[in-house]
Amino acid sequence: METLNQLAHGFSVAFTPVNLMWCLVGTTLGTAIGVLPGLGPALTIALLLPITYQVAPEASFILFAGIYYGAMYGGSTTSILLNTPGESATIVTALEGNRMARSGRGGAALATSAIGSFVAGTLGTLGVAFLAPVVVKFALAFGPAEYFSLMVLAFITVSAVLGSSSVRGLTSLFIGFVIGMIGVDLQTGQPRFTFGMNELLDGVDVIIVAVGLFAVGETLYMASRRYAGKDEIVPLKGSLYMTAAEWGRSWKAWLRGAAIGFPIGAMPAGGAEIPTFLSYAIEKKLSKHKEEFGTVGAIEGVAGPEAANNASAAGVLVPMLTLGLPTSATAAIMLSAFQSYGINPGPLLLTTQANLVWGLIASLFIANVILVILNLPLIGLWVRLLKIPAPQLYAGILVFATVGTYGISQSPTDLVILYLLGAAGFLMRRFDFPTAPVIIGMILGPLAETQFRRAMTISNGDWSVFYKHPLSLTLLTLAFIGLVGPHIWAYIEHRRRRGPEHVPGDA
Amino acid sequence: MLNRRSFLMSTAAAGAAGFAALHLTPAFAQDAPQVQIFVPAAPGGGWDQTARTMDQVLRSEKLISGSQITNVGGAGGTVGLPQFINQWNGKGNSMMVAGMVMVGAIIANKSANNLTEVTPIARLTGEFEALVVPAASPFKTAADFVAALKADPTKVPVAGGSAGGSDHILFGLIAKTAGVPATNLSYVPFAGGGEALSALLGNQVAAGISGFGEFSEQVKAGALRLLAISADKRQEGIDAPTLKEAGIDVELFNWRGVFAPPGVSDADKAALITLVETMAKSEAWATECKNRNWTQILLTGDDYAKFLTEDTARIGAILKDLGLA
Repeated sequence: METLNQLAHGFSVAFTPVNLMWCLVGTTLGTAIGVLPGLGPALTIALLLPITYQVAPEASFILFAGIYYGAMYGGSTTSILLNTPGESATIVTALEGNRMARSGRGGAALATSAIGSFVAGTLGTLGVAFLAPVVVKFALAFGPAEYFSLMVLAFITVSAVLGSSSVRGLTSLFIGFVIGMIGVDLQTGQPRFTFGMNELLDGVDVIIVAVGLFAVGETLYMASRRYAGKDEIVPLKGSLYMTAAEWGRSWKAWLRGAAIGFPIGAMPAGGAEIPTFLSYAIEKKLSKHKEEFGTVGAIEGVAGPEAANNASAAGVLVPMLTLGLPTSATAAIMLSAFQSYGINPGPLLLTTQANLVWGLIASLFIANVILVILNLPLIGLWVRLLKIPAPQLYAGILVFATVGTYGISQSPTDLVILYLLGAAGFLMRRFDFPTAPVIIGMILGPLAETQFRRAMTISNGDWSVFYKHPLSLTLLTLAFIGLVGPHIWAYIEHRRRRGPEHVPGDA
Repeated sequence: MLNRRSFLMSTAAAGAAGFAALHLTPAFAQDAPQVQIFVPAAPGGGWDQTARTMDQVLRSEKLISGSQITNVGGAGGTVGLPQFINQWNGKGNSMMVAGMVMVGAIIANKSANNLTEVTPIARLTGEFEALVVPAASPFKTAADFVAALKADPTKVPVAGGSAGGSDHILFGLIAKTAGVPATNLSYVPFAGGGEALSALLGNQVAAGISGFGEFSEQVKAGALRLLAISADKRQEGIDAPTLKEAGIDVELFNWRGVFAPPGVSDADKAALITLVETMAKSEAWATECKNRNWTQILLTGDDYAKFLTEDTARIGAILKDLGLA
């Protein structure tokens, strides 16, 4: 009840015309920067930090929160339409979303991602308002051993994107590992695979890899077979938005995505990418339309990961508002904004700055509503992008990818890397290697490695931490079931259908 | 102000912020000069905040007419440093923000350029570090911690920032004074203060070392216990001894300062020193420093250069002990 009162008070703070205006500015700006690959919410907020000298704390946090949520919405648009992820959390969206766009269901993919983002964002924000103290306790129970087991669980998601040949898929995964290892090793401070180049010491940005492999590689591939086939302009099939069947397939995926995204987002080292991988794998496992995955595009494969990334964005705010723990780059910069107001974010924030915190939470609800209102009508406009003839469209994608990459750190080295990866993406496409496992390997590999080494340092080389911690053991067991379960299940089904007299080999 | 920033924002959106910043020629107003600040780190971090706070204070004190901030991030500043040395050579009215982290990064990355090539202007601020333990820890004092470290360093995992950074260096210095070999330490590096903090709050590690500001609120709330700070003397409002008072002869500030490019004239150098000194003595600067937990440790010109040489030697030695140089 007290929470409700405080929330109502929060709304009274957020509903002033000035604060609503900041919310609108933030969400619009956030959507725009989310669309551009490279320019993320963290960088944008950092550039806007000086605003804290001019406006009230409530206003600037409402602005920042709008940017943060907006970027999560915007990132999916280019993933779906152009196969060019604007944010690392929307890389998975490109997998099914772009397939859907190419088979004439781009509007539905955009709609499910916008509505799914709204549903999950609202659920996540409710979670922030009501569950924060509980969730944060759970999140803190995650130590390095638990994180490592979570990564092991996430690795089974690779099987969902491997494609027809496991050898090819695993090769891609290992390429991802190698790219992920580039840079200074956090644990020892030693450079790896940097070939003496200072520019490589901080590693390669995952967005550059995704844009290089997906967008540039795709463009080169299209260019190479330009005259092999005729131009196809995909007509929009059916409703611009979603059909009843698509609604039916989306809503469960939204809820599952939100349920995965929120707790993992709240974990200090959880992040937004891992829940999207997990959600994708689960949707693919549960879907009744498995044949659509990777071919014409399955709507669950868009709805789930999109919901997951928005819920995780809300989750990130839990440790920030309850403990003053910044667990993502964006949260860290928001915390430094607190400091310019002389507010020290910490466990006492909720009691000492109730106005600010509840105003912020209320404005998150408002931001979600504004974003869905902003994004749904835009869908009609966005899908027209696909009517642009291929040469112009792909030339545009190339320019877009290049400008966006340069925007990350204004480094020419990044552009060279982008085009090298583009060439690699082209070759992979030509020889039928899936590119998604590269991204998964690149994100999960180094995380798993770091957490594993941390766990071993803390335990002084004792392996038992991984199975003596109950949470870690549970996660490992789930991973094992996920890996072996389907085979056992298939075997049982097989036996039952064939009858017990069936002997192996007489198929 | 806001308009200018949002304009800058949209230029950045076009991916051209770097160009815009680099190609503006320094314009001199009649009385107050225009300054250019080079930040060898991405927006948002400590150096960037120092630059932006300087810009704010210098302007509110009417010491400058405006400033242009350029960010070139990467590898603890060693990506930006060569650019500052080569492309900003001889430019008066321009400064680079750097600090102890860059000294360490230059040594650890075996960078081709170092800070002796630029012109030291002033050391401005420092953040002293804190040694903390979870509230449930058996260690009540810094002496307890050191005793456990002496008994078996492998059983005392300590969380902090990246390997070779200021937190790791302080841990190395503490161990060294206690006579514990640095190679036996169990240091658990985390990417940022937030992650290290969560490992402490979750009782995953025995102790933590990081900037005092990272821990101060948790200490206030009773979730962490502050054993000692690395400042030179007792700090007002902080109920903990310095390391020296606790019998560990170590003092460390994660300092930040400004440098002019190589090849600036003596007059330009003197003007910048005066500018920064005036700023550092202003009320507005004092307020900002207080809000951000920055301790003012002003040191200018030749004294700063001398300090830099000593600190480089000290950091080089400890990084070598830690196996990082």
